[in-house]
Amino acid sequence: MKGNTAVRVRKAFFKHKLGIVGIIILILLYLMILFADFLAPYNYKNTKRDFTFSEPTKIHWRKDDKFVGPFVYGMTRSRDPVTFAVKYVEDQEKVYPVKFFVRGETYKFWGLWETDVHLFGIGQHDDAVLYLFGGDRFGRDLFSRVLIGGRVSLTAGLIGTFIAVVIGAIVGAFSGYFGGWIDVTIQRLIEILRSFPRIPLWLALAMLLPPTWPSTTVYLGIVIVLSFIGWMGVARVIRGMVLSLREKEYVLAAQVIGQSNFKIITKHLIPNTITYLVVVSTLSIPGMILGESSISFLGLGIKEPMTSWGLLLKQAQSLSDIQSHPWLMIPGLFIILAVLSFNFVGDALRDALDPYRAVDKV
Amino acid sequence: MSIIQVERLKSHFKTDEGIVKAVDDISFELRDNEILALVGESGCGKSVTVQTIMGLLKCPPAIIEGSIKYLGKELIGMSNKAYQRLRGKEIGMIFQEPMSAFDPLYTVGEQACEAVSVHSKLDKAGIRDKIIAMFNKVGIPEAESRYDEYPHQMSGGMLQRMLIAMTLACDPNVLIADEPTTALDVTIQAQVLNLMRDLQKEFNTSIIFITHDLGVVAELADRIHVMYAGKIVEKAQVVELFDRPKHPYTKGLLASRLKRDLKGQILPFIKGTVPRAFEFPKGCRFHPRCPHAMEICRQRDPEPVVFENGHSCSCWLYASNNNIDGVDKT
Repeated sequence: MKGNTAVRVRKAFFKHKLGIVGIIILILLYLMILFADFLAPYNYKNTKRDFTFSEPTKIHWRKDDKFVGPFVYGMTRSRDPVTFAVKYVEDQEKVYPVKFFVRGETYKFWGLWETDVHLFGIGQHDDAVLYLFGGDRFGRDLFSRVLIGGRVSLTAGLIGTFIAVVIGAIVGAFSGYFGGWIDVTIQRLIEILRSFPRIPLWLALAMLLPPTWPSTTVYLGIVIVLSFIGWMGVARVIRGMVLSLREKEYVLAAQVIGQSNFKIITKHLIPNTITYLVVVSTLSIPGMILGESSISFLGLGIKEPMTSWGLLLKQAQSLSDIQSHPWLMIPGLFIILAVLSFNFVGDALRDALDPYRAVDKV
Repeated sequence: MSIIQVERLKSHFKTDEGIVKAVDDISFELRDNEILALVGESGCGKSVTVQTIMGLLKCPPAIIEGSIKYLGKELIGMSNKAYQRLRGKEIGMIFQEPMSAFDPLYTVGEQACEAVSVHSKLDKAGIRDKIIAMFNKVGIPEAESRYDEYPHQMSGGMLQRMLIAMTLACDPNVLIADEPTTALDVTIQAQVLNLMRDLQKEFNTSIIFITHDLGVVAELADRIHVMYAGKIVEKAQVVELFDRPKHPYTKGLLASRLKRDLKGQILPFIKGTVPRAFEFPKGCRFHPRCPHAMEICRQRDPEPVVFENGHSCSCWLYASNNNIDGVDKT
């Protein structure tokens, strides 16, 4: 029964420790971007000129040796008389308690209704901020920007990979299964498409998208276009695998029970390539996340003030930046976290889907 | 009454090295309720014959001529859609390698289910019950729990029995068995053969049984067709063939079986090998290996000669003189 297979796969999956870690992190990351507006204390677009490159805000718990709960001090901005570097000094007189479900800037929750409740914050003040990850060069809250940037990075990678793998698997399987002129046509088409140089093709495709689109839509458009090109690698490998799989006797067996070609492809051939598909997906999601930063770098992808992890990391490109504002590297940690988690989950999933490995050896 | 009537069937393949005449002009019929054995060496065209019947050959490269009638309906040139309705439901097939005939990704139950659900309107639970009943019938112990296991957890014999169960669950009129016991060890072979004979009686299925093992044939078949190099060289009832083989090739095959009184001696065998399929010799295809080869054998293909009891044989040895007019007899 189908249910039995699902139970078996789930059991095998949860035996994989790293896989569990990966899936938990991924769930947290996706919950995080789902509720980004609510979790972020500030609007990702708001600039505060008095807090450019401010370091991560320290949260204090005790005042005058008495526990008073979390609070932050006000900040005064000054310059080092020798180096002219901006310095922020805590003003011990001004105390701003950190509150939960605090009212702040209004936003539209999931585009459905307007609200101004944030999970935590200190309210709006001119001389104090709560920047958990510090501020960027426009004095924007890096923490809020990481949450919003995750939306682009995590969804685009997923969508792009999904489209590429689905198209690749179907086209490759048809090409391999039917062979003959269908195969020749598809393979030559793939070769023609693959022989285009990549970056000029991106540029050309980016020109096709209307400039009036908001930058997120443009980026999603580019990702979809990219995945329409990216399926070809998958298709070629799947074709090769299907060429050998179609000679297996179970395909013949499916034919002699009167199963249709389409069902044979979808039920027997593509599922038998699933281990490859899973690996290729989990490996190309990180590739898409990383690729996004290079597209943004070329000025084709996300444009300020909208952001993504790759674009955030771009600020930390020079050595002096990293030296003086090391917190600008934090988006990189999120990329590493997401990429590793996808790989762990992919690994665990591959083992779980393989019936040979799932059975306990007696 | 004949279920399948094959008339002058040719299955040729176009290759770079020439045309391969894998099956060349054969005619036979499968009667109601009988087990017909196709016997021959590897590469003699047995499997191609049944694949042609099942419509599994791709044209091109295959070139198929002649006629195959299933219950009076012509199969050659039938659309793929129509063939899909026929396969499994009307004509079932089982294979040599039970291990690879199952998709390793699905449990045996799911696959048996798939076979039935293609042609049946039963719901899932109904099909499951039917399959488990069939598993019990073919002697699978603990069929209920075996249903949810994967092919690699079974032995070959068990899988072969499941394959038979799954094929018969669709209740086909004809069962084609392509060397179903070759990959099994001898004790399991006997079990599977007995099972097939019992089930044949119970379900009234006609069986085309392909094998190169004459011992298996003696156990099971009603009639035997001996194939050599794409031709049927001899047709006979099973007892008739074993007692009075006509064709030199059949005689050679029977002589090369193991016998107790040959202990310590070199076994008799047929000299030479089966010719390669794209360079079959002119005339009778067996003549280079035949101990009785005559001049005419090298020049003309023999026509079948009919004896009593439906026994027939394609060999010049039995041809009456007027058949070989104009050719020097040596």
